[in-house]
Amino acid sequence: MTDEGIETRRVEKLLLPILDGHRRDAGRLVQILRQAQEALGYLPAAALTVIARAVDLPRARVEGVAGFYSFFHQNPVGHYRVLFSDNITDRMLGSAELIDRLCNKLWIERGKVSEDGLVSVDTTSCTGMCDQGPALLVNGRALTRLSAERVDRISELIRGQVPLADWPPDYFVVADNIRRRDALLNTQWPAGEALQAAIARGAEAMLSEMKLSNLRGRGGAGFTTHIKWESARRATCRHEPAARYVVCNADEGEPGTFKDRVLLSNYADLLFDGMSVAGITIGAQQGLVYLRGEYAYLLPALRANLERRRQSGLLGPALCGHPDLAFDIDIHLGAGAYVCGEETALLESLEGKRGVPRVRPPFPVSEGYLGQPTVVNNVETLCKAALIAVHGGAWFAGLGTKQSTGSKLLSISGDVESPGIYEYPFGVSVAQVLNDCGAGNAQAVQVSGPSGNCLAMHEFSRHIAFEDVPTAGAFMVFGAHRDMFEVARNFAHFFAHESCGFCTPCRVGTSLVANCMDKIANGLGSQYDIGEIFKIHRLLHAASHCGLGQAACNPLFDTLNKFRPAYERRLRSLDFEPAFDLDQALASARQMTGRDDPAAHFGLAARVTGVEP
Amino acid sequence: MNDVSQPPSLLLDGLPVPFRDGQTIMDAAMAAEIFIPHLCHHPEFKPQGSCKLCTVKANGRYVSACTMPARDGMEVENNSPDLNDKRRTMLQMLFVEGNHFCPSCEKSGDCMLQALAYELEMLSPHFEQFYPDRPVDASHPDVLLDFNRCILCELCVRASRDVDGKNVFALSGRGITKHLIVNAESGRLADTNFSLADQAAHVCPVGVILEKRRGFAVPIGSRRYDVDPIGMQVERLATRSATEEEA
Repeated sequence: MTDEGIETRRVEKLLLPILDGHRRDAGRLVQILRQAQEALGYLPAAALTVIARAVDLPRARVEGVAGFYSFFHQNPVGHYRVLFSDNITDRMLGSAELIDRLCNKLWIERGKVSEDGLVSVDTTSCTGMCDQGPALLVNGRALTRLSAERVDRISELIRGQVPLADWPPDYFVVADNIRRRDALLNTQWPAGEALQAAIARGAEAMLSEMKLSNLRGRGGAGFTTHIKWESARRATCRHEPAARYVVCNADEGEPGTFKDRVLLSNYADLLFDGMSVAGITIGAQQGLVYLRGEYAYLLPALRANLERRRQSGLLGPALCGHPDLAFDIDIHLGAGAYVCGEETALLESLEGKRGVPRVRPPFPVSEGYLGQPTVVNNVETLCKAALIAVHGGAWFAGLGTKQSTGSKLLSISGDVESPGIYEYPFGVSVAQVLNDCGAGNAQAVQVSGPSGNCLAMHEFSRHIAFEDVPTAGAFMVFGAHRDMFEVARNFAHFFAHESCGFCTPCRVGTSLVANCMDKIANGLGSQYDIGEIFKIHRLLHAASHCGLGQAACNPLFDTLNKFRPAYERRLRSLDFEPAFDLDQALASARQMTGRDDPAAHFGLAARVTGVEP
Repeated sequence: MNDVSQPPSLLLDGLPVPFRDGQTIMDAAMAAEIFIPHLCHHPEFKPQGSCKLCTVKANGRYVSACTMPARDGMEVENNSPDLNDKRRTMLQMLFVEGNHFCPSCEKSGDCMLQALAYELEMLSPHFEQFYPDRPVDASHPDVLLDFNRCILCELCVRASRDVDGKNVFALSGRGITKHLIVNAESGRLADTNFSLADQAAHVCPVGVILEKRRGFAVPIGSRRYDVDPIGMQVERLATRSATEEEA
């Protein structure tokens, strides 16, 4: 037998139990690849062949999925794979120095596997630990509150090849940092409270309460929730057997956002209640949570919770003792792709495919997961739906403002005394929030992450609400000493890294803009480059396939308009500067022809004598 | 109520263009022989809307003409300085993203990317070149794959999957590193069941999938887009078929 044959046999033996565990279902490909990588360390070519054969997909399709997600590796990676969170808030806390320090201690080059195959150190997009950064992931596990001492100790643990299970447990502690509670965070109900209330109301009445509440999506887009629910309930199922789905978007990838992390760790029952309420209201029997890969550490507790709910009749057939009701929930893990926070990309990923946003229409409410009517809601939205099931829509509509009812969780990080989770009724002013979190010398706040708005000091009187400053929850504060150009440059690189590459403007444009920012950072920029950024911004806004591309230049646009000096002090010249001197280039021609009249000159030399060139 | 005897129509740059239910803006325009620049669209395959060259403004909103269903009374802006400017920028992006050297390319004169660059008066690539490293695959006995010219339109992916039933091609990677791959553990076309008879062998709008031993059969200067600009070939574009493409 050939070497490849032996290798394939070995891989097959390791992968068969995983494949069977997922019923060799191609729809679970992302989950299969995750587990295969756990078993093999990485995804060798032979593994992709084995998996493709088992799930009956073309091999190239499987390779395409493996190549899409940041956390999948087709080449060997270190036995310890260290990924530093690269959000601007981590950088502000000194992550760049810590990366260098760790690399030096380990004698390795960043981004490359050590020669003995022991370790690799690199960066990853925001891991959702901005309130306790700098943070990193080691083999997928989150580490928080890094310091020079902690990094030194980590290098010793890695060199000593200490298994992760034996690392100091306090390294892995993720604090909740809840600083202000309102309607949602004050809730302490036993599991099933909201579900029982919704069952008592009945589906139609529950829909009316949702309508009355005027709840809008908390994931960023702010779409009215009851319209989604109602559309999915009324939509005809296009495939047999008929089915509807409730999908919880827990792919909290927007840099600076971590509120869903806290809800998932402390309010999971409220979330599962909310999903079940949505399920019985739209007539779905299956719910799916799409949990971002960075939060994989939450999975065991969430699974245990689901099992508890099944035991007590809060999930599964005969829901709460009603033989005609059934609802169950499964959890899928992402694998490092911000774009999967876009609801149709998320559905593709749930179906085991590359996370590329779909063409809309059709919208998920009519053709969503597996082509069936699907409601996709954010974690916080579903928790709010649970509150509405108990307290009713009128109560909810009484909180916040008329157009933005209820409360909003903010994830506050950056230059503040007390970073963490703050819950406010909608309508709170930015200044009030800044005051509460102890942001003494803020010059700017990035609201709703890089794809949101950058507010300057003169805008701090504005209000957090859909009708003024909408937000998905991120609230990153930048003190007066921060360089807003570097903030924007970090965001530009984030979008270039996270573009799915489907459409031309976003795929190429985000990289062009990131290169442009690097050029300016290197002191080689001119006004021309700023013009280029604006031009690409207009194109991406108009022609990109999804919100990622449309928003990709927003932080640059905002900072260019509000913090222009941060850019201009880096420019070599405020006007375009040509690389060579045109007039000088004509010198030899002048010499040969014996001319030196103004018409034989370009630029300044021609203008001096008042003759038009 | 709509008058049933009057077919629905949209206004394309002010001209009434009739359409049938289920048609996209692109379908309607093509049927009326009005040119909307495009690269990833092909009348024989399911539209995907990724190249964005066909971006038009429908009722004031930017949309892809190839995926947007036509609606009665819709006002569509197509041939305008704003849109052509955006299209030119996207062409420039496609040029700098890959390695395109028209004078030495076998597809010069038959290439849609080149033809559109002329059509939209693209005078230079404008942006800094990315110069990606994309080795060619000459393993197959009959076909050469030159990935340097790939614009990721996925026409070969769609043709091989939907028509040939072979799934020879797929995409991997993400963002600027997205790239075309073939269905073999070795990564070589020779190790797939690809054949010159496949529709996927004849659908590439640029010069990635090339038949071997057939170089420069038609001299440059007499080729398809040398003879007439692409904007005047709407009728052929609307009725083209991958199987007849080489004829």
